[in-house]
Formats: sequence, C-alpha cells, structure tokens
Amino acid sequence: MKNYFYLLLLCLPMALTAQKQSKATSVSFEVNGNCEQCKHRIEKAGLALKGVKMIRWEIPTHQLSLIYDPNKVELDKIHKAIAAMGHDTDRFKAKDSIYNSLPMCCLYDRSESELQ
Amino acid sequence: MKKYILCLLWPWASLVAQESIQGIILLQEGSASVAVEGANVYWEGTDVGTTTDATGAFRINKTNKTNQLIIRYLGFITDTLTVASDAKITHFLTPDLGSNLDEVTVVQRRKAIQKSFLKAQNIYTVNSTELLKAACCNLSESFETNPSIDVNFSDAITGTKQIRMLGLTSPYLMITEENIPMIRGASQAYGLTFIPGTWIESIQITKGAGSVVNGYESISGQINAELKKPFSDVPFFANLFSSVNGRNEVNLHGNVKLSDKWSTGIYVHGNQRTQRFDKNQDNFLDLPLSKQLNFFNRWQYTNPEKGWVSFLSFRWMEDQKQLGMMDYRPELHRNKQSVWGSEIDTQRFDSSLKIGYVFPELSYQSFGLQMAFSRHDQKAYYGYRNYNIEQQSFFANLLFNSIIGNTKNKFKSGINVTHDRYIEQVDQLDFNRVDYAVGGFFEYSYDSLEDFSLVTGLRLDHHNRLGTFLTPRVHLRYLPVEKTVVRASLGSGRKSANLFAENQTLFGTNRELVIRQNGGSIYGLRPEKAWNYGLSVRRTFSLGSQEFDFTADYYVTRFTDRVVVDWEKESQIAFYNLEGKSQANSLQLELDYNPSKNWSFRFAYKNEQVKTDYDRGYFQNPLTPKHRFFGNMGWENERNEKGAQWRWDLTFHQLGKQRLVATTRDPQGSFAPAYGLWNTQWTRAFNKQLEVYSGLENIGNYRQNRPIIGAEDPFGTIFDAAQVYAPIFGRMIYMGLRWNLN
Repeated sequence: MKNYFYLLLLCLPMALTAQKQSKATSVSFEVNGNCEQCKHRIEKAGLALKGVKMIRWEIPTHQLSLIYDPNKVELDKIHKAIAAMGHDTDRFKAKDSIYNSLPMCCLYDRSESELQ
Repeated sequence: MKKYILCLLWPWASLVAQESIQGIILLQEGSASVAVEGANVYWEGTDVGTTTDATGAFRINKTNKTNQLIIRYLGFITDTLTVASDAKITHFLTPDLGSNLDEVTVVQRRKAIQKSFLKAQNIYTVNSTELLKAACCNLSESFETNPSIDVNFSDAITGTKQIRMLGLTSPYLMITEENIPMIRGASQAYGLTFIPGTWIESIQITKGAGSVVNGYESISGQINAELKKPFSDVPFFANLFSSVNGRNEVNLHGNVKLSDKWSTGIYVHGNQRTQRFDKNQDNFLDLPLSKQLNFFNRWQYTNPEKGWVSFLSFRWMEDQKQLGMMDYRPELHRNKQSVWGSEIDTQRFDSSLKIGYVFPELSYQSFGLQMAFSRHDQKAYYGYRNYNIEQQSFFANLLFNSIIGNTKNKFKSGINVTHDRYIEQVDQLDFNRVDYAVGGFFEYSYDSLEDFSLVTGLRLDHHNRLGTFLTPRVHLRYLPVEKTVVRASLGSGRKSANLFAENQTLFGTNRELVIRQNGGSIYGLRPEKAWNYGLSVRRTFSLGSQEFDFTADYYVTRFTDRVVVDWEKESQIAFYNLEGKSQANSLQLELDYNPSKNWSFRFAYKNEQVKTDYDRGYFQNPLTPKHRFFGNMGWENERNEKGAQWRWDLTFHQLGKQRLVATTRDPQGSFAPAYGLWNTQWTRAFNKQLEVYSGLENIGNYRQNRPIIGAEDPFGTIFDAAQVYAPIFGRMIYMGLRWNLN
C-alpha cells in the first residue's frame, strides 16, 4: 500500500497547479517587430518579469498573446519592459536611442506606425 | 493597417552600395495565387532581412557572406533558396501540415532528417520525404537510409529484418505508435512488419535513455511512429509495389471530412508473395511465401475553439507466412519428418482512444488521456517444433502538462497502467502468465531561452514481477558557442525478457533449449536492468560557401542484470542471468553536407563494442560488426510549375567482420567477411499527384553462400538457420507507383 502512496505523491503537482492558476489572465496586444530575432527579444523581455506565465509573439500578425497574474505584475510594466528592448507596443514607445541599436532585421518601420 | 517594412534600407544603403534582389512570395489557394504579406526573407546566418509587403513583394540587399536566402512564414515550410543570379525571384510557399505551431524548430534547410538544436534530448525526426527513400514497405525497412539504426537479417528462413540501436536489438528499444507502446511482448519478432510504410507520417528516434512519460522499458532508445491523420492527409492515396523477389503490395488510403470537426480515414494494406525462389540451391525457400491483410480505421475530432482533439482507432490484421523447403506442402508434409516446413499465422486487433484537451484560456496547460487495447494471436510451427503465443494487452496513460511560474519551467506528470495476459505454448510446455504494472511519473523541463536546457524525469512503478522501483532520467543541452550543441543524458531502464517471443529465430534451429532457472520471476529468471549514458556534440560549420553539419555521439549501455542468450555451444541455446559484465559502447560520427539545393550527402562511421560475459568468456556478441560505414547521396531537381521532378539516391553500407558462434560450418574463432551493400532508387514525379519509382537493392549481388547449417538434414541436431550475416536473396529490382488525389 505504501507504493500507492508514493504514486499519489507524484501526481500531487497536477492537483496543485490546477488550482493555483485560476488567477491567470490572458490578454493580447500589438507589438512592433519583424523577425525571429525580434520574437526572441520580445518574449525574453516579457518572461523576465515575475508573474508573466506565458508569452508568444507571432511574426505575421505582430500580435502578442500573454498570460499573466495581475496580482503579481501590472500590465503596464510588461508593456514597458518590451518597449525597453526597443519594441513599440500600443501603450509605450521605445526610446529612439534603443530603437536605433536594434538588430538590423528588427528595425521596423516607425514612420507609418499608428502607435502613440 | 500596413505591417510591412523594408527594414534595412536607410542605415545600410549608403554604407554598402550593393545591388539588391527583388522577388515575390506567393501561396496557392485552390487554383489562385495569393500574395503573402509579412513573410520573412533573410540571408542565412546574417541579420540582413526584410518582410514582404501587401503585394508579396520584397527587396533585399545582396551580401557577400552567403547566397542562401531563407523564406519563412508561420504555418508554412521554411524554404532556403540558392540565389545565383540577379533575376527576380518568384517563390511559392508549401503549407506545413504536420507542424505543431507550439513547437519551435530551427530548420536550416528543409532536410529529410531533422536534428533539433533546441531539444535537450538527442532526437532525429525522419519525415515522409526520407521514408520514401527506403525501397519498401513497412516500419522495419524504414531505417535503411538512417545511420543511427542498423537493419540486420534475423535468420535464413523467415526473411524478417531486425533493427538495432546502439548495438542492442529491438527488445531493448521502446517502440511506440503515436506514443502508445506497440512492439512489445508477443509482437517483438514480426511486429515491425505489421505497420505499413505508407501509413507512417514521420518517425522520431531518440538515442539514449529517452523520456519517462511512456514507461521504464526503453533501455538504449525510443522510436515513435506518427501515423497519418485523417484531418491533414490527402483525400485519396494509392500505392502499388512489385519486386522481382515476388513481393507485391497494395496500399489504399481514403480520408473524408465529415464536418469541420470530424474526419475519418480508412487505410488498407495488402501484400503477398506466391513465387518460390531458391537461388542458392539449398532446397530451402530464400524468402517465405506470405500474405498480409491490414485494415485501419481512425476517427479524428478537432475543436480548436474549445481545445479538444481526439482520435479513435481500430485495426485488424492477418498475416500468414510459409517457410522452409521448396517442396513443402503443409497438407502433405505437416507433422511428418520428411520435408521441413513452417507456418506462422498471426492475427492482431488493436484499438485506441486518445483525448487531448488544451485549456482555452491557458494554452500552456493540457490534459491527455490515452487508452489502448490489443490482442495478438500467433500460431506457428517450425518443423516439429510448435510455438503459439497470445497476448491481450491493455494500456492507459493519463498525462497533465503545465508550467511552474512561466513557460521557461514546464512539467509533465501522470500515471500509467499496463496489463498483459500471455498464453504461451512452447512445444508441449505452457508458460501462461499475467503481468501488470502501475506507475506515476513527473518530468520537469527548464529552458533558459539562451544556451541551456534540461529535461529531468523520475518515475515510480509497481510491477507484479519486477517489483517496485524508481526510474530516473536526465537530459542536458548546452550551447558553449554559437552553432555548437552539446548534449548529455543518463537514465535507467528495465524489462522482463520474453525469452521465446524475442528469440523466435531459435525455432529455426534444432538446438536444445536450456533455461538455467534461478528462482526469478519470469521463466525462472530475473528481469533485465541497465543504465545508459551518453554524450553528443553537434556542430555546423561552413568552408567557403559550403555548409557542413557534424555530429559525434558516444553512448554506453551497461547492464546490471541481463538474460544472456548464449548460442556459443553447438546444438544448444542457453538462457541464463548475467554473471559478470555486459556492456555496449557505441560511437557514431556523422557528417551531413549539402553542396547545393539539389545535392545532399551524408556519411557516418560507427564503432560498436557490444560485449557480454558468456560461459566461455567475455566476447563481442555474435553477428554484431564492430565497424560500420554508411554513405548516402541524394539528388533532386527543382519541381517545375506542374510539379514534375526527378529524384535519385544512392546508399552504401559497409559492415565489418562479424564474430560467428562455433558450429560445424564455422569453427571456433571464425569471422564472417566484411562486405558492402549498395542500394539505389529513382523517382519520377509527373506532377503533384502521380509518381513512379524504381530501385535496385544489393546492386553488387552480395550473398551468403550457405546460410543454413545442416540444410541437407533439417531434422538432425546441427540444423541451424539463425547464423545469417548477409543477404540471402541477391540483387533485387523493384518498381512502384504513388498516386494521390488532392
């Protein structure tokens, strides 16, 4: 019977995480960028923040899908972290100096940007 | 909202006054060509890139670093174009139907064998392009162009091929079909020939310990075959195959989309050989007479909004083989000791249900449930020896995937249950047994998103014969410098040895059976246990404009307990638990080289030291070459606008000398000579629907002269058809046709 107890123990994380993640909120917004390198930069910037659970930026649509815990991190803070890497979001714009130092393929066109 | 950017123009144009290349990227939608907006176009290995505009057009500056232009667009196959002139490029994208958008794979070039840079485990994916290179016709023959897996001849009468990885035979591999353990127990000997090649979508080969998710039984590696899915497969497919060795095959697939959520597929396979051949004039058939019918029906339910995917599959198979002497007729000669013959009849039924659920709000979290039931019933006799085995098997697996904190830290956890009932008869002896196991597992993976990742898993199982035990496995991946990946793995595995099912070749001999029982739980022997550890380094580099991909692997499998199969004494086969050492060390060096888009080369060298402590001493296992050399060269031209294309490939295998057990034919200490085999194949695609192919196997017509020992007296004590080190049938020509309706 002791064996089955250990088995249960192994399955415990299942039950725990299933409950804990009820606070997760999912949003989607636009972030500027072009290529695989941008994708890596944007996702890394987001994941570096505590409370960001999942982040995925898609090259063709420029849409960022995000799942985060609003009790641990504010949405603005995530926008800011991504803008600080040089990628304009629909709330925050990157500093020109940072934008200018982006890798070549990430120099997205700012002139036509509708973002403020 | 315009999303297009020509990102490199202004800062660069003034500095590097280079010419630029223009082009347009399109995709086929029905009969119309549609412009692709937002596709990424960049020079390989550089950060010079751009995206296409609303008309699909792009302009990119030339670079002197490379002429390889990569076109990338999500959901489509990433293409690499070799840009030789300044002509305007018009390129059509191909939808990547098999792609799972959650998975990021770095593909430098659309290769038939893809080795991942990102996964911690050493996994090769063999896709359908590569599968087409193999002559024929089922899973056991799908590995002939893959250097990681060796294909051997199991014996001189059944014509079955046996596979090995890291020097160990298939019972030490875990072979799964869509992650459900498939080739185990009763189906060990012939099970690979029961999965038709055309049903296979791709194969994943994991070298070394593998993941804990599917069980504890994998010792030297895992092979997973993904079958075609009704949702993404073509509506109709037909394949015909015929070879001069008398084998004819038919494959028909039909897939119907019943609604936007339901689809179903019916797959039918039949093969037969009715011609008798005896080229080596030993009065024995070189290849068995055979007949197989195989039906497969699967239902797929996909509901992306709600996050459900489900598969329900049924399969029924019947396989009949007749082997032995040329003149053997079962109705006349069965049970009479005049003409030696054998019949093997197998019926198999498989059913499985898979349900997957992805939480709609939390795309990183999912549940999976797999259940499978199978019944395998084999009735066979070999001369005056009888062997019947029936296995009823139930398998269930419940899996939960999620993250810890964020998606850099993922885990899989779950439980699985197996239940196997065996009814086995060896001559007059019954070996009936029931095996069951319950296990739980937890696997954690970490990805730094930079240069390091780790997958580590632990499982705890309780088995009625193996006891209660832990199975740990660890995989690491590290990129010390760009373009170099180092992987390491360590893990344990164990299994119960199905003595007769795994060693059915012994019935093709008149050797006396000896089981040296020691009170163990399976046939009176203790179960097998082993550790596997290994290191792999992969590096891509360029010389001039040529790109190379080099991999070096070294794996060690060390048995702490093993059931030794000892053929060393003539007229006897002995099974006993290992006393001393049994170890397989495998070194593989591999170089892939693609000088142009049309040509590809692959070379590999393998050194396998597979040694066991037998009664007579510590030796290399019999019929296991220490050295192997492999070469494959492929050529294809580009498809024209109709989709017409030529493809050609040539494969070379060189096998070093193999140790032979002492028999009247091969005195003690003798070795089989080293030899080489050449295979080639041509394919002509007339358009995207119709292809014909033809090939030659064993071009040099290399054959083993006297494959059967004691063929003149098949009921005598020295008769032995298992000492086979080379092909029995010589050169083989085949041709076939593939037709699909799109």
